[in-house]
Amino acid sequence: MCLAVPMKIVSKDGDNVVAEVDGVQKEASVMLLAEEVAVGDYVIVHAGFAISRLDEEYAEETLRLMREVFSDEGIT
Amino acid sequence: MKHGVKFQDEFRDRGLVKNMAANIRAMAERLTHPVNFMEVCGTHTMSIYQHGIRTLLPENVRLVSGPGCPVCVTPISYVDKALACTTDPLNIVATFGDMLRVPGSYSSLMEERAGGADIRIVYSPLDAVSLAKNNPERRVVFLGIGFETTAQTIAASILAAASLELKNYCVLAAHKTMPAAMEILTADPELNLTGYLCPPHVSTVIGGNAYKPLADKYHIPCVVTGFEPADVMQGIEMLLVQTLRDEGKVEIQYSRAVSWGGNPKAQAILHQLFEPCNTLWRGLGVLPDSGLAIRGEYAEFDAERVLALDVPDALENPACLCGEVLKGKLTPADCPLFAGVCTPESPVGACMVSSEGTCAAAYKYGR
Ligand code: SF4
Repeated sequence: MCLAVPMKIVSKDGDNVVAEVDGVQKEASVMLLAEEVAVGDYVIVHAGFAISRLDEEYAEETLRLMREVFSDEGIT
Repeated sequence: MKHGVKFQDEFRDRGLVKNMAANIRAMAERLTHPVNFMEVCGTHTMSIYQHGIRTLLPENVRLVSGPGCPVCVTPISYVDKALACTTDPLNIVATFGDMLRVPGSYSSLMEERAGGADIRIVYSPLDAVSLAKNNPERRVVFLGIGFETTAQTIAASILAAASLELKNYCVLAAHKTMPAAMEILTADPELNLTGYLCPPHVSTVIGGNAYKPLADKYHIPCVVTGFEPADVMQGIEMLLVQTLRDEGKVEIQYSRAVSWGGNPKAQAILHQLFEPCNTLWRGLGVLPDSGLAIRGEYAEFDAERVLALDVPDALENPACLCGEVLKGKLTPADCPLFAGVCTPESPVGACMVSSEGTCAAAYKYGR
């Protein structure tokens, strides 16, 4: 029930967006978000609402860090 | 063209996860005591079972599932109240699908629906508002359960109903707030918790700062962690680093979705609609200020006030060990009913009903 899925916004009309993941489209409201979102942004969708924007820069940063810390040489 | 989520595959990269496991094993050799890290999010529970995370960890790094499944922590008395709502032919009971098969004292919503009660499954609380709008001669009672993540969407639905001036929409609210439960579990010496993988979606609302009082008071490491396998592994690694350094602070691993302050707009809406109340958690008992009650200003949307529901004391199945499973004291396999009498097709306890329940996850992804 608490399931929430990262999806990409494919269209936007006021507070209503259509978001998509793996070819499945869903309508969602962005009225709970404090920040502006645009088509192309990734959001987490839960029970018909976008509950958070996924920040691509932070995602890249997290991955970079993971790869750095957990590279094969990093293991002692 | 299909749009996958661009980072998803990378956070599921098996090679990366394997390296992370090796690193964790190396670090764990420096531990003087075994550690118990608890996850309190149903999505974590599922992900940990689905991706076999436990099998990647050394024996002295234990993962314990806590009360992260909203359906599972909902007491039987709530289900009984929901069932009572179905007896009035005026009412349409609208609910998330997970609630349907949860056994109440005498019946379940599924059984009542088979018997003709008007019970509708909705994907979003806004669908329940539309139901009310399209059925002006009926009354829609929405079953509002869940943590902060879901509570904000239900608050939004009440605001939507208010702006449409609907007089036939109300919510049977039993929302719960997570940090209060974590405090009780942390204080339990039997559980002996060493750290928390804090819930990703709840934290998008309340922010990393919400765990600071807990971390400070109990000197316990708390890491807000995403739910992909590489996220979970990194969360565990961060907890281990803190443990080895004898630190007890809050960190955010899931920085791509969670900030320190959380979502101010969602917090304002939650505050506008709800006030803290004492509430009964299945397995944990009544926890002070851990629930969200609809404020007096919105009484006309509060099913408790509108319907004056009075139900007899709830009957628990004494053989069901859900309460102990929810506290992380027992694993599903410790329950004599697990996989025999109690299965997802015919669940005895709530932990077997919801796909995020520990018993259901254990059943589906190997015991
Ligand atoms: S296996 Fe079934 S009866 Fe046993 S604790 Fe889990 S839900 Fe309850």
